[in-house]
Amino acid sequence: MLEQLPLYEQAILTLAAMVMFTSFALLAQNRVVPMIHIFAWQGLLVAVTTALVAFDSGKHDLYLSAIMTIALKALFIPWLLHRLVKRLGIDREEHGAEHPATVLMIGAGLVIFCYYVAQPIEQLSASVTRNTIAISMAVVLLGMLMLISRGKAVAQVVGFMSLENGLFFAAVAATHGMPMVVELGVAFDVLVGAVIFGVFFFQIRDSIDSLDVDQLNRLSEQDE
Amino acid sequence: MTALYLTLLIPLFASILLGVFGNHRGAATFNVLATLAGFVASVWLALIVLKHGPLGGEAGQFHIDSFNVYLIALTALVGATTSFFSAPYMAQEEANGRLGPGRLRLYHASYQGFLFTMQLALTTNNLGVLWVAMEGATLATVLLVSLYRTPESVEAAWKYFIICGVGIALALFGTVLLYFAAARVIPDAEHALLWSVLAANSGSLEPVVMAIAFVFLLVGYGTKVGLVPMHTWLPDAHSEGPTPMSAVLSGLLLNVALYALVRVKILTDGALAAGGTHSPHLAGNLMMGFGIVSFTVAGLFLHRQRDIKRLFSYSSIEHMGLMTFAFGLGGPLATFGGLLHMTVHSLTKSAIFVAVGHASHIARTQAIEGIRGLIQTQPAVGWGLLIGTVAIAGFPPFGVFTSEFLLLSATMKTHPWLTLPLLSGLGVAFAGLFRHLHPMVYGERPEGQVAVPANMWPVVLHLVLVLWLGISIPAFLADWFNQAAILITGEGLL
Repeated sequence: MLEQLPLYEQAILTLAAMVMFTSFALLAQNRVVPMIHIFAWQGLLVAVTTALVAFDSGKHDLYLSAIMTIALKALFIPWLLHRLVKRLGIDREEHGAEHPATVLMIGAGLVIFCYYVAQPIEQLSASVTRNTIAISMAVVLLGMLMLISRGKAVAQVVGFMSLENGLFFAAVAATHGMPMVVELGVAFDVLVGAVIFGVFFFQIRDSIDSLDVDQLNRLSEQDE
Repeated sequence: MTALYLTLLIPLFASILLGVFGNHRGAATFNVLATLAGFVASVWLALIVLKHGPLGGEAGQFHIDSFNVYLIALTALVGATTSFFSAPYMAQEEANGRLGPGRLRLYHASYQGFLFTMQLALTTNNLGVLWVAMEGATLATVLLVSLYRTPESVEAAWKYFIICGVGIALALFGTVLLYFAAARVIPDAEHALLWSVLAANSGSLEPVVMAIAFVFLLVGYGTKVGLVPMHTWLPDAHSEGPTPMSAVLSGLLLNVALYALVRVKILTDGALAAGGTHSPHLAGNLMMGFGIVSFTVAGLFLHRQRDIKRLFSYSSIEHMGLMTFAFGLGGPLATFGGLLHMTVHSLTKSAIFVAVGHASHIARTQAIEGIRGLIQTQPAVGWGLLIGTVAIAGFPPFGVFTSEFLLLSATMKTHPWLTLPLLSGLGVAFAGLFRHLHPMVYGERPEGQVAVPANMWPVVLHLVLVLWLGISIPAFLADWFNQAAILITGEGLL
């Protein structure tokens, strides 16, 4: 089956598998600096996919969005996180999930679920597209799982940004990129979002003396 | 087109200017002037649409029709009146020592930036840009939620950022899927996300992909509408941020998110109806389900609130649930009611938050227990809060009554058994509001409680408008609602 596909589609599938692998690696990683590094690799993989799609489809504006992805997701945001982690002095802290094995099992279940959801699309599209849609959906949900299972602000941000990588991957691999005005707008939002996250690290630390967002539990609907 | 550009550019430039010069003394006045100018531009735009019909053409980047034109004017109006309230209110906050000039600069720049994203979301024809604007609205307001830097406000802001960020990311995934479906039908990739083009071709979009896309968009934009169970950010953000922001969040942001949802529902309905799937009303049924759950749960939560702003933010969730239900129900009567409810809820709720802001200044607390004897202390604020709450609870002759009545009659026609949860939900919500309201406005005035400088005319203006809409809807507005109902459901009411 696989060797019958054109080389380009094989490459896309390999990259998709690698993006999903980095998602699982993020889910399993509990040290903050390696986590940021894995996230940077994931950004790089998405950027490579974008460049590959640009090369294959001849859509030159996709090169621009590949460059934007590298600049934002593989360089700027990891650099920003790195610097913040150093300045806040939390680069040696453990940021893992409480039950890593359970979380990974749930992650595997999510991937199967995504393939199940993407199954009906089969009739209208090549198997490559179905796979990439299922995988990008899985990366989105795995990012969400990471957000839920971690109690530390930095890990949550990495989960959030990895979730966005899944969106970018879907946009590039399944639809050959969104219209340029949308790509630019999304990139701008991601950039502003990353800066605001940085601001929040300091606000949270000033208010609770740590970045353990599990301690942010004053507002809830419980009886006092 | 000039009117359209002015509507968009005035808040954008005002935001930039206030970001640079916002710590000058005249910033609050400039904020008021800019929102007034934006309001004039939006009225001009509405007049053009009234005279010449829909604006924007087949494949333009902007699209103004009867569904969004009144929302644009409404957004500008609520933005303007709230800025009138905000000027003395924020000055008082500064005098109380809760804020410095730097924070005020952030506040004013964000306020205008928020209005810009709202107008962009409403006017754009491109569903991708709509998403960008909705995310922009989160980014513009999130630092306002933590403006006071208390641990509670930082927590609320973090929750708001993460929950809305994830929600809106799911909406982007839905948009990508939508684009995936559209790209096979519409040859020009640059036009494949334009709503007008998609609506013209909705019958040929792949129904399975559209159904999956709609689920993601519903959860995504539904988070911003405040639908249960994605609502948890809403009471926190409303209660911890400055009150003018609560007014515009409740009055504008929730409406615009619902607007986005209805726009994609039109497309999904078109695709599912033509695709011959076994569930052509999937979108409507999902919205009805989320709507009625939100309505019921929020009504019950009203009873156990201790904070006055949380109380009214749960009331917002309740009303957004009702509107989502109305649009999900479909049919011209329910849709007409939903459109009217969007208008009157927005006007009434922002008026209530203005009164709440003054009330919490009088009592120096937001705790319901601490707010007593408002009518004795400052009759204008007390009566404003009382009449506003009477209006929002759905008493005749206010507009909320009219829209709820329309919705109930529509439900009676198609789903008679659902009128029971609706009616009992309205009763529960009414009791939830008034058990807290009664002691606040009538109770004994505490020792040493004095009146504060208050600007009540936004409340008066909004409530008069709501009263007017309850007694007689002006012909042009009814015509817009009717045309929008034709757009959404395919048939008109009038």
